[in-house]
Amino acid sequence: MVHFTAEEKAAVVSLWAKVNVELVGGEVLGRLLVVYPWTQRFFDNFGNLSSESAIMGNPKVKAHGKKVLTSFGNAVKHMDDLKDTFAELSELHCDKMHVDPENFKLLGNMILIVLATHFSKEFTPQVQAAWQKLTTAVANALAHRYH
Amino acid sequence: MIMEGSRGASTQRPVLGTPGSSSATTMSLTKAEKTIILSMWGKISTQADAVGTQALERLFASYPQTKTYFPHFDLRPGSAHLRTHGAKVAAALGDAVKSIDNIAGALSKLSEMHAYVLRVDPVNFKLLSHCLLVTVASHFPADFTADAHTAWDKFLSIVSCVLTEKYR
Repeated sequence: MVHFTAEEKAAVVSLWAKVNVELVGGEVLGRLLVVYPWTQRFFDNFGNLSSESAIMGNPKVKAHGKKVLTSFGNAVKHMDDLKDTFAELSELHCDKMHVDPENFKLLGNMILIVLATHFSKEFTPQVQAAWQKLTTAVANALAHRYH
Repeated sequence: MIMEGSRGASTQRPVLGTPGSSSATTMSLTKAEKTIILSMWGKISTQADAVGTQALERLFASYPQTKTYFPHFDLRPGSAHLRTHGAKVAAALGDAVKSIDNIAGALSKLSEMHAYVLRVDPVNFKLLSHCLLVTVASHFPADFTADAHTAWDKFLSIVSCVLTEKYR
């Protein structure tokens, strides 16, 4: 089980409180699809993904991004209990969605980078490290039930 | 073989195996991507040392195992060692940007050094690349669009490939 120090929890929680989940969620998923176009394989029914502007403006991308990041908010609330928190989602991603867990790492890094663009100097190396630990732990939790 | 992409004509993929496509790497930069990198480097280069240093700080904070390559350094934030080494990293990236059509040539000596002397495990190049992206994103948020992010991610992948291509 991953242990977060009090400082790491504080860094995560305080930044999360300022995050516009709808906006950031859309940007995170959009960037994943732009920067790593092969991830589009999971979203055949999303319509127009033919250019950066198409992807970033796509309403299905925005909606799904919001959904994904909202779920991530659950991680922030349960930092000491991630494996159980994401057990069901882990099975879903394996059995129903057939997502390679490598993609969880890619998405986690997108979260980091979008947070960096939004929070700039506030996104110090220490804040990044706490978030890096969280995204890694969430990625591991989502992969935990794979078989 | 033309790689299929879902992008329009403005981001045409180069045909593999023809002159101009690097045989040592799996990805090549498009003209548009090179333009993005060159113009952003113009801005980044005014703070290159700070960007290099901060990327290292982020690397050691997020991925403490990377410190094992620097037992001889004082790695505390603000240290002279960090600033000197950050400047070196930035200078090497600058060299790659200036010779963006021949990164392998520009970084040949550095590639040999990594292969025969430093022998940094290849996984770490991804980690530093990620921290460089985070640093650039936090310093130049308005410029770091998704397309710019793609260009820089590809550029750093190519640099990483060049630096590890002589490993075995």
